[in-house]
Amino acid sequence: MRRLGLAFREVGHDYRRNITMTIATILTIAVSLTLFGTGLMVRSQVNAMKDYWYDRVEVSVFLCGKSSDTSICPDGAVTAAQRKAVEAKLNALKPTVEEVYYESSAEAYQRFKEQFRESPILENVTQDSLPESFRVKLQNPEDYQVVANAVVSSPGVESVQDQRKLLDKFFSILGGLQAGALGIAIAMLVVTVLLVANTMRVAAYSRRREIGIMKLVGASNGYIRFPFVLEAVCSAVIGGVIAVVLIGVEKWYLVDQVLKPAFKFTSFITWNTTYTIMIITFLVGVVLSAVAAYFAVRRFLKV
Amino acid sequence: MIQFQDVTKSYKRGGSPALNDVSVEIQDGELVFLVGPSGSGKSTFLRMLLRETRPSSGTVTVNGINLAKLRNRKVSKYRRTVGAVFQDFRLLSDKSVERNIGFALEVIGTPRKQVKTRVAEALELVGLEDLAKRKPDQLSGGEQQRVAIARAFVNHPSILIADEPTGNLDPATSQDIMKLLTTINEKDTTVIIATHDAGIVDQMQRRVIELENGDLIRDEAVGSYQVGGDSR
Repeated sequence: MRRLGLAFREVGHDYRRNITMTIATILTIAVSLTLFGTGLMVRSQVNAMKDYWYDRVEVSVFLCGKSSDTSICPDGAVTAAQRKAVEAKLNALKPTVEEVYYESSAEAYQRFKEQFRESPILENVTQDSLPESFRVKLQNPEDYQVVANAVVSSPGVESVQDQRKLLDKFFSILGGLQAGALGIAIAMLVVTVLLVANTMRVAAYSRRREIGIMKLVGASNGYIRFPFVLEAVCSAVIGGVIAVVLIGVEKWYLVDQVLKPAFKFTSFITWNTTYTIMIITFLVGVVLSAVAAYFAVRRFLKV
Repeated sequence: MIQFQDVTKSYKRGGSPALNDVSVEIQDGELVFLVGPSGSGKSTFLRMLLRETRPSSGTVTVNGINLAKLRNRKVSKYRRTVGAVFQDFRLLSDKSVERNIGFALEVIGTPRKQVKTRVAEALELVGLEDLAKRKPDQLSGGEQQRVAIARAFVNHPSILIADEPTGNLDPATSQDIMKLLTTINEKDTTVIIATHDAGIVDQMQRRVIELENGDLIRDEAVGSYQVGGDSR
């Protein structure tokens, strides 16, 4: 206990002696850890979107309409009999197919209007230009081909579209974003480690006389190292708390107040995930700082 | 007991060794002078005893511990049995005299009460009771060296090493320091003093070990200085 008191006194002494360095270290740790946490948040956010979207993907079986290409729909718009035949074929595919429901042109138009409420595209789209369709929900979203094979050549079917394909392209872009965010996060951690190591090396250098004497009279390496590791941990704890608060602000303001109202058709990272990220960020910061300090002063402990 | 057995130390491969096949024994409670010109291997000899360096070949055994085989994490324990004093005193300028001495006990985890009594004893031994609260830079060189000796002895080591302890001091002060080292020697402490001070060595009439270019060239039970023969 007494030793801990002495060590804390040394940390306080060191902080005061070099206040600018202390502030710089703490702020760098705070910024790095915030960016690290943000990287983790972007990752989780993309995963949340993936879950949300892949859960909702369907195979769309578009039926011929008045304006369809005649090479595919030689008979013009789909007839009631053709529509019934297609529906029967799709229903026959259960249980591969989980659910089949019909969407008329009018319904498609309604949904379109809803999704592109504020977009100028809306003016160029009429109800007639949106085909009626069957929406097929699959047990396993990868079984698209089964559905396609069954109905693509049936009369009255214009095309079969796998929404997954569209999403894949979208998510491959987001995947890049995810990797980029993670790359930045890791780079920031490297920066933190190097900075903490350097700060501790300077601190140890400025106390090398004291360290030399401690070694001479038989203080153990652990004893000599302890105040430096403690100082790094203190800096990391302060920086980590700042980072955790900033991550909380990102979730509370950026995600919940700004993004959530603007993008209705996806789910967002939850508070639970955010808490986990906060804990990870904090612990990673503290542990890395301690390790960095441990190795930084090692050189001064030789002989 | 200190035992050097065929000790060779080469810092650079192929270069001339700092110590060359040195074998010597120092019994408990002896006071020994280590003489020789600069670069003769005196410092390497002392560093060997502090386990700051290890022999390239041969063995150094202190109180039954083979220092060549001593694990790194056990070195600190070992060093508590060896006190050391240097030409440049090596005191901490921001700590008072008593804190400087107490520091040596604190950092090895001595209880606070014990630190107090031991520091008081050490101060009495070196005769600096009245200067306990001073900072090192308010002391004369001789007083500073006394503080350093007190710090080296406060833990009651079995061996005290002094590397040119009077190198920065005038002759009268040097005499006092030597007297102090003799007192410590009489308290059953082996004392090894490396020095250039011919006057003191000749006057004390103690055992003298002389090194030259890493070779042990003289070991007399009652010796004088005469480094490198009479020509010096």
